[in-house]
Amino acid sequence: MVAVRIHELHKSFGAHEVLRGIDLEVSGGEVVCLVGPSGSGKSTLLRCLNGLETATSGTVHVGDVEMTHPDTDLDAARRHIGMVFQHFNLFPHLTVLRNVTIAQQRVLRRSRRDADRVALANLERVGLADRARAYPAQLSGGQQQRVAIARSLAMEPALMLFDEPTSALDPELVGDVLAVMRSLAEDGMTMIVVTHEMSFARDVATRVVFMDEGRVVETGPPAEVLRAPRHERTRVFLQRVLEPGRDIELR
Amino acid sequence: MTALLRPPARRLGMRARRRLSRGAAYLVFAAGVLLVGLTADWGRLADAFFRWDVARDMFPGVVTTALVNTLLYTALAFAFGLVFGLLLALARLSPVAPYRWFAAAYVEVFRGLPALLVLFLVGYGIPLAFPDREIPGGVYGSVAVGLGATAAAYTAETLRAGIQAVPRGQSEAARSLGMSAPRAMMSIVLPQALRIVTPPLTNEFVSLTKDTSLVYVLGVTAGTIELTKYAGDVLNQRVNATPLVVAGLLYLAVTLPLSQLVRVLERRAARGR
Ligand SMILES: Nc1ncnc2c1ncn2[C@@H]1O[C@H](COP(=O)(O)OP(=O)(O)O)[C@@H](O)[C@H]1O
Ligand SMILES: [Mg+2]
Repeated sequence: MVAVRIHELHKSFGAHEVLRGIDLEVSGGEVVCLVGPSGSGKSTLLRCLNGLETATSGTVHVGDVEMTHPDTDLDAARRHIGMVFQHFNLFPHLTVLRNVTIAQQRVLRRSRRDADRVALANLERVGLADRARAYPAQLSGGQQQRVAIARSLAMEPALMLFDEPTSALDPELVGDVLAVMRSLAEDGMTMIVVTHEMSFARDVATRVVFMDEGRVVETGPPAEVLRAPRHERTRVFLQRVLEPGRDIELR
Repeated sequence: MTALLRPPARRLGMRARRRLSRGAAYLVFAAGVLLVGLTADWGRLADAFFRWDVARDMFPGVVTTALVNTLLYTALAFAFGLVFGLLLALARLSPVAPYRWFAAAYVEVFRGLPALLVLFLVGYGIPLAFPDREIPGGVYGSVAVGLGATAAAYTAETLRAGIQAVPRGQSEAARSLGMSAPRAMMSIVLPQALRIVTPPLTNEFVSLTKDTSLVYVLGVTAGTIELTKYAGDVLNQRVNATPLVVAGLLYLAVTLPLSQLVRVLERRAARGR
């Protein structure tokens, strides 16, 4: 089953062409890690997948829904596409529990009771059921990101998008978030993950996609792309990322 | 060279000079107080402003009618201004250009007009223009609209700033959970924006409290009278200024705690909650 199909996707901001013809298919249950230098268009690509950005041309299908079609009800489509942001974007005026229930109630029209039950189950899953009554500001960054994951999972998404979910975290908090993502992957969730965590890509990804300057440069199983990249640009990027002394390393 | 670096000859050191000028400032202040204290006719002052019997006769009416009406007018005008101001703020941020133009024009016009002129316009202009209709609620309705129309212009700008101060990521997170744009605005962005603008909105409430002193121009009755008009009437009857002091104290009893509240809220916001 094809979960995501991207065809000839272009995106420009004014005169600046950020995506220059992306073609990519992701099957159900795949974990695709998107890597590439800063500014290469990874976030923009992810945001085109759930319609936070409008493509300039080309098509994006998620399941049977063509996200790029002008008649598509994007609000309805987004219910089934979870998104996790670099800076968590939890709702600071709501408790952890309300963060996880509000969209269930307002969007899926679940009762308070059902929403609470689903929320607590998902908070349990990310190891934070005991913090349900806390406010986001009272949590560490790693805990906040796990709540953000639970908030998306509570909508029972068919696809999860992660945009550098651990880049804003202190190094000692990265592991907990990656562990949650790893367990999600083991449960068969279809995931597209923008990350600089090469160990995660190596261990969890079914496929690594290397992007540069708005194009997919190469794609393949992590063992191939990360160990024996075919393209010079991939090699240069990986060397820089894996260079000792940088905070990102292949463990 | 060495001559340039040598400090200029001075009779006093820097510290002594500072102490002297500070001392002079205190001296001037004390002299001023002394001058007023010695030259003022305290007996006449007390007689003009602090006549106990005049003050006593104002109660309870000054509170049960005048202060209550002042607060009622304030609340009504504030509520109208808040609701209409919110609509204007949303119009100002709308993707539909004519809404934006209307809101921008409204805000510019009504911030540029005196509140008294707008009150006249609503109180007398509208009845003249629409003789077969009237604003419901009598003078209360006219005040709500007449003062609220001006308040809405200020409130709209305040709310717009508050909405724009909520990080973009908040509405993006809400949208990516499937919320529609209006839903995200109502459930996620506005509650945070209102928190941000509580201090300036409270200041707007304080301004409105004072602006209700204009209401008398609409012609109020014994039942709809507010503080300033009430005090003015007693002033005329008794030919004594004590009612102004009483009314002033009652205004301050409302506005000072609110101003204090604003200061506390601002300090809390500055600490980052
Ligand atoms: N809303 C926007 N307006 C203008 N330029 C943007 C916008 N979003 C992203 N860009 C530009 O698009 C390019 C790619 O950005 P992005 O997709 O965030 O890259 P990455 O996530 O790979 O670092 C950058 O040059 C960035 O400045
Ligand atoms: Mg990015």
